[in-house]
Amino acid sequence: MSQQHGPVTAAVMTGTMPDMPDHDGPLQHHFDDMAQQNESSALGMWLFLLTELMFFGGVMTAYAVYRYLFNAAFAEGASHLDVRLGTTNTIILIFSSLTMALAVRAAQMDKRKLLVGLLIATMLFGGAFLVIKGIEYAHKWEAGHVPGAYFHYEGPLANHVHLFFSFYFTMTGIHALHMVLGIGWMAWLVLRSARGDFGVGYYAPIEMTGLYWHFVDIVWIFLFPLLYLFGAGAAAGH
Amino acid sequence: MSDRAATPKTASERPPTRRRRSRYEGDVPREHYLNVAYGLKSWLFTIDHKRIAILYLLSITAFFALGGLMAVFIRLELLTPAGDLMTSEIYNRVFTLHGVLMVFFFLIPSIPAVFGNFFLPMMVGAKDMAFPRLNLASWYIYSLGGVFTLAAIVAGGVDTGWTFYTPYSSTYSNSAVALTAIGVFINGFSSIFTGLNFIVTIHKMRAPGMTWMRLPLFVWANYAAALIMILGTPVVAMAIFLVAVERLFGVGIFDPALGGDPILYQHLFWFYSHPAVYIMILPSMGVMSEVIACFSRKRIFGYGFIAASSLAIATVGFLVWGHHMFVSGQSIYASMVFSVLTMLVAVPSAVKVFNWLATLWRGSISFETPMLYAFGFLGLFTVGGLTGLYLGTLATDVHLHDTYFIVAHFHYIMVGGAVMGYLAAVHFWWPKMTGRMYSEWWGRLSAGLLFIGFNLTFFPQFLMGYMGMPRRYHFYPEEWQVLNVLSTAGASILGLGYLIPIIYLTYSLRYGPIAGPNPWRATGLEWTTASPPPQHNFEQTPVVTEEPYDYSKPIVNDLPAPGAGAEPKPSPAAPRS
Repeated sequence: MSQQHGPVTAAVMTGTMPDMPDHDGPLQHHFDDMAQQNESSALGMWLFLLTELMFFGGVMTAYAVYRYLFNAAFAEGASHLDVRLGTTNTIILIFSSLTMALAVRAAQMDKRKLLVGLLIATMLFGGAFLVIKGIEYAHKWEAGHVPGAYFHYEGPLANHVHLFFSFYFTMTGIHALHMVLGIGWMAWLVLRSARGDFGVGYYAPIEMTGLYWHFVDIVWIFLFPLLYLFGAGAAAGH
Repeated sequence: MSDRAATPKTASERPPTRRRRSRYEGDVPREHYLNVAYGLKSWLFTIDHKRIAILYLLSITAFFALGGLMAVFIRLELLTPAGDLMTSEIYNRVFTLHGVLMVFFFLIPSIPAVFGNFFLPMMVGAKDMAFPRLNLASWYIYSLGGVFTLAAIVAGGVDTGWTFYTPYSSTYSNSAVALTAIGVFINGFSSIFTGLNFIVTIHKMRAPGMTWMRLPLFVWANYAAALIMILGTPVVAMAIFLVAVERLFGVGIFDPALGGDPILYQHLFWFYSHPAVYIMILPSMGVMSEVIACFSRKRIFGYGFIAASSLAIATVGFLVWGHHMFVSGQSIYASMVFSVLTMLVAVPSAVKVFNWLATLWRGSISFETPMLYAFGFLGLFTVGGLTGLYLGTLATDVHLHDTYFIVAHFHYIMVGGAVMGYLAAVHFWWPKMTGRMYSEWWGRLSAGLLFIGFNLTFFPQFLMGYMGMPRRYHFYPEEWQVLNVLSTAGASILGLGYLIPIIYLTYSLRYGPIAGPNPWRATGLEWTTASPPPQHNFEQTPVVTEEPYDYSKPIVNDLPAPGAGAEPKPSPAAPRS
């Protein structure tokens, strides 16, 4: 994700290692050319996403096992989720992926202002997602659906519904954490873009961030039906 | 050096680029990666893969010492049948800590993080890893994970065993499980970053002419280990994360009271932790291929098979995790499949052993210290592997499960295999890393002590386990005392065998004879540059024109003659794929 050096770190590096070539240029000393550097960045990012896939894969496997075992309870738990807010968030995230993709294009076309604007738009969409997520969490807290010591649920399936909400909070929580990290990283890219670090010859950090952002988006695309839509049909008492 | 004196060359005869190289004149080169900058900052902010390797070397040695100290306590306690040195609670904490430190903070990072970091870029002819800053970050993450684990010790230790089995770990244990789990979770990312760096470096950073089939087998082995690191580690990270969440917030995913399934935790845990054994052993196997070819002065036998068997082990290794759970109540049909797959993974392991034996066949074998460790590996790994078949067989496993038999089995693999390989690597590459030779006499002595001490420690444990002594108990019936005393006696010799190298290796840093670029007359790009290597590894990007392990040609302890390798036969540039 971070294959280039900002001038601050570069100063540290060159300060401690007098023989090091200057790091201010986008090409790092240990690569032969930009093509090699860019290919390495891309491969590295894809491998990182592969590890992320395995990471989410672990918890999704656990979810699949329990949903198979306790199907009725999971459907009942899912019926307490707010499908409208979930749908809104899905749409917001898809738009954020659009602005992210356009940001990569803006970087490739040397349009600095557009790039900055699109990155900020992506961050705003991401922020909006997190705000809505927060509202949903607050609702769950009020309803006593946050798992742990304060969990409160009436009904014969209470224990297994507890399990469902454990998954709901773990999975959406990890996903939200990924979004926070992505937004934080983009703030740094906005500063660098405004400074004019990126352009036709060098846009790998924007492109890599884009890959990451799309991945986080795709995780949500899986979480949404797994958690929300599952219970929609059984939402009689909602 | 004498032939150098016989044919003196004036400075004008040499191309200008040779000037820097010729700083090696029976002395260490004047400028190398160690003396290019001094001070704490130059180490803590370094992005040089060689310096990061040294940072790792120091930290994993510290964790190894701490884990070893725990082993001392275990063996002292087991000297007598009564539990008299410590209480059961303390004993549980001691063996847990021994396992956690040795597995997560020593064995998994050991060869990849130290020797992989140092030599993998040099072996493929690169100036550095693909992502130098990520590489440094991995060391900081490792250290942070270590800090959490040490904090857990201060907070009273952890008593779950290194496997953190639920629901004991998630619900019942009164020890610092969450802190340790977070430490192990964080540490996992250092492993992921190292693996990611290896794969990208091998794919994208190879020098011209370094085709895939010219890669040293150490690189192949680390490539296979890196695949496991990036595919397996995230899953165990998630499993341990779920345990920590369950402990901290009561979010019960494995809690049977809520309908959670503790066995699911075991599945997720072993999905990584069985392949993790191959993270430990594959790099050691890579070292074996390098050392055995070098000290047999022979081209490695069956290069392609050894390379492919690494990948086969990494692949099949992902499909055998259920053999840890034969008595857990999992489906008997699942157990049968896992049993068959477990037998299958023995095949690529045996392929390697037979290829090494064939390499030794009619070679001119010499018995320098690294080779002694390699022989140790061959014997001990074979014993460890064959006893694994008893455990992979369903009927015998019911009897042997959770006894000292399995303790002995995995120590033969992890200590007899992985640590022997690690020490072979230390002794093989020490001259390259430091520019100095260690005392060969002391080296051979400690290799011998280790082999004797190791067998004395762990062979009696096979017998104890076969007789039914369960693991993780600190008292036992009196009829097993003789075997336990033997084991403790062996452990003392083993401990001595670990201490001696620390002394003579440290001594060699200042007083050891100058090694020269290639003291073992080995093949491989890392030996074609000065010792210690210059900051960017090579004065010019090397061009590879021949197969690896070509020991038929004469090799001298000197840098290649000017122009050698610089005007290669036309060879295809390495495609970056």
